[in-house]
Amino acid sequence: MKQTLFLTRIMPPYTLRSTITAIGILLLLLLAQTAVAQQPVTDDQVNEVAKGLYCPVCESTPLDVCPTQACIDWRAQIRDLLSQGQTEEQIQAYFARQFGDGVLAEPPRRGANLILWFFPVVAVVVGGFFFSRYLRGLKLQQPAPVAEPGQRQETAVLPPTQAPQSDYIARIEAELRRES
Amino acid sequence: MLADIGYFALVIAFIVSLYAVVAAGVGSWQKRPLFIASARNATIATLPLLLLAGSSMIGLLLIGDFSVEYVWRVSSLETPTILKITALWGGQAGSLLFWNMLMAGFLAAAMLRKWGEEKLFMPYVIMVGSFTQLFFLGLSAFIENPFARLDFVPPDGNGLSPLLRHPGMIIHPPMLYLGFIGFIVPYIFAMAALISGKLDDEWIRTTRRWTLVAWLFLSLGLILGGRWAYDVLGWGGYWGWDPVENASLMPWLSGTAFLHSVMIQEKRNMFKMWNMFLIILTYCLVILGTFIVRTGVISSVHSFARSDIGPFFFGFIAFMFIFSAFWVSKRRDELSSTNHLTSFLSREAAFLYNNFVILAILAIVFLFTYYPIISELITNEKGFVGPTVYEQALAPLFGVLLLLMGVAPLTMWYRTSIERLQMSLRWPVVATAVFTLLLFVLGIRSVGALIGLFIVSFAALLTLLEFWKGTRARMGRGENAWQAFSNLLARNRRRYGGYWIHMGVIVMGFGVIGVEIFQQETQIRLEQGESLSLGSYTMVFNGVERYAGPDDLVVTEATVDVMKNGRFVKTIHPTIELYTRTQQPMTIPDLRATISEDFYVLLVNWEPTTADAATFRAFLNPMINWVWAGGVIFVIGTLIAAWPDPRKERQRVTQPHPAAIGAAD
Repeated sequence: MKQTLFLTRIMPPYTLRSTITAIGILLLLLLAQTAVAQQPVTDDQVNEVAKGLYCPVCESTPLDVCPTQACIDWRAQIRDLLSQGQTEEQIQAYFARQFGDGVLAEPPRRGANLILWFFPVVAVVVGGFFFSRYLRGLKLQQPAPVAEPGQRQETAVLPPTQAPQSDYIARIEAELRRES
Repeated sequence: MLADIGYFALVIAFIVSLYAVVAAGVGSWQKRPLFIASARNATIATLPLLLLAGSSMIGLLLIGDFSVEYVWRVSSLETPTILKITALWGGQAGSLLFWNMLMAGFLAAAMLRKWGEEKLFMPYVIMVGSFTQLFFLGLSAFIENPFARLDFVPPDGNGLSPLLRHPGMIIHPPMLYLGFIGFIVPYIFAMAALISGKLDDEWIRTTRRWTLVAWLFLSLGLILGGRWAYDVLGWGGYWGWDPVENASLMPWLSGTAFLHSVMIQEKRNMFKMWNMFLIILTYCLVILGTFIVRTGVISSVHSFARSDIGPFFFGFIAFMFIFSAFWVSKRRDELSSTNHLTSFLSREAAFLYNNFVILAILAIVFLFTYYPIISELITNEKGFVGPTVYEQALAPLFGVLLLLMGVAPLTMWYRTSIERLQMSLRWPVVATAVFTLLLFVLGIRSVGALIGLFIVSFAALLTLLEFWKGTRARMGRGENAWQAFSNLLARNRRRYGGYWIHMGVIVMGFGVIGVEIFQQETQIRLEQGESLSLGSYTMVFNGVERYAGPDDLVVTEATVDVMKNGRFVKTIHPTIELYTRTQQPMTIPDLRATISEDFYVLLVNWEPTTADAATFRAFLNPMINWVWAGGVIFVIGTLIAAWPDPRKERQRVTQPHPAAIGAAD
């Protein structure tokens, strides 16, 4: 009681209450954490982590489905680490430290690896720029749209007022005429 | 004895090919037709020689002559007869020999065809074709000799790689090879056109069907490969962006771009340079693909056939690329087109957009596939690019491609007015939007899935409308519905075969979205009699049996009853196959397939010590069968497009300058 009084003297009561609540929550969280850790890790949890990893021996076969002994051992290790309460990121980082970034399904987004995310965008944008310039160049040189001799007439330019349906039918009818 | 005959035939084939190259060169240089005729005969003669070499190898495999290293490596006493034959392409040296046989077949067929207008091409066709053959024969005869002997005679062989003992593997590699080699033919004719300077679209018309057939085989190879992965590799999927898969996807992509853009050249006499570039690119990707498959430079599930022929391949590709680039630059004036684009809204522009997107996909796949090598150069560490990275980068591009696939057929050559396009698109857009909204109401909440499904259904609707409009137009001329539809296909094989192929891609698209976004899975250890549930399915584990299979195989087979909504539907047997000689295990799934989904079960683990418990992995793969159904539709469409049209053949004979032939589209 005296101690409480002492505490109330150095901090206002509402702060004290919230401090106690905070400690209580923390304790509860810790308890919950150990409770989770004591529950057996399910295969689905292991696979969830294993999906992001490829063992260096059987490359190109994701770890979660690889039937070799090496991969079975890796999955057992994942199970251990999960039961110690480690997160997916921590476990993947652990394997990457041990065996190199090559075991990660998605390479870490840093350094040279950033090419993998930048290149597709750059390729489409820069490629698109040159492509549209090329197209424009092709078109500018064109004085007027002229149907060439020798081309099939029914594909030549039709007045835009004409409905597409009738144009289409005209095309097919022209084909029919040619056949008969 | 048999090995000596085989090797002798191989070496003679090499010499004969060399002679063909030289004779064709001399013949065209000194204008001596006799030399060219002789070169042609020599090219044809390679085929029987390689057939002799190939059948010697099959003979050696059948009698089990283990003194031949290759036979020892890929077969054993217990190997079933059918697998002894297919072991011909079960390893490095043998598959090179097989490649040579197929290539000789293609070249011989090209030589024996009726040569008309394009007779001028012949010496160059022989030179470029036989030179390619010469390279592969050289590899086969001097570096990867399939007939090489061991110093002793082992009592038994190693046996075929377990991955290759599946029926899918009997046909998957030959399909891919046929596709690869098929694309060499249009390249050869393209080079012949470049060298001879006869740069009209003769080479394209001559090789059009070859290209389609090559494309068909490559597509079949890809589809069968996917099915094989689904049935045998046991990861619940069909495509893993594995380097070797990518190696065959890349020439398929550039080949697809080529198939579309040649139509512009035929129709509008434009983009000659572009088509040259695409076919050269395809050829280089084919050779590069063979190189990746055969050498395993980038680790992959297919690396059962590694070796040290890398530098030769690299040198050859570099040489052929420089050679092609030299001729293109020499002829650049003749290649530049005199016609111009009339409108950005036209069929030819749509084809170009398609080409742009396909090439963007190709460039990304290329970078990702070779990234392990690139990152090794930069950071000294072999990076790995997993499927998720591919999917993030490529999904939007595939979406755009599918949109184009739906809209492009509505455009016309020269120009389409924006009003007209809007008019044709208005109702389909509304209908698809309503459909997508319905899907949302029915409970699909994934934004990616909704966008994907909108695009795919939109393309589906537009493509079906094309068929409908064509059929209705013919019905208006007094044909009944069936006549109208079949005549529509028969009279415009290329156009409607093409749309049919588009339908196949669209159906596959539905399947891919279903599996990629809505796949469910779970893994659990079950005691005998226990069950697991996934979606509306329940499976009950009813016991395990272990027995010896053929060869060195030990089969562990589980019996599982599958229930849907509580009602029994099927008993399935997921198995683990262990090849004791190599200690290589394989998990072979079993499944219950319906049009809406597959319930796919793997036996993950079973230890005899814990006799009555086993671990299972179950997948629910929605719409997966749409992928295969789409594949079948796709192949039928390609057959429709490639089927010879007797009417046009007739025209061709009667008209020396068959400009009308290009009028199919």
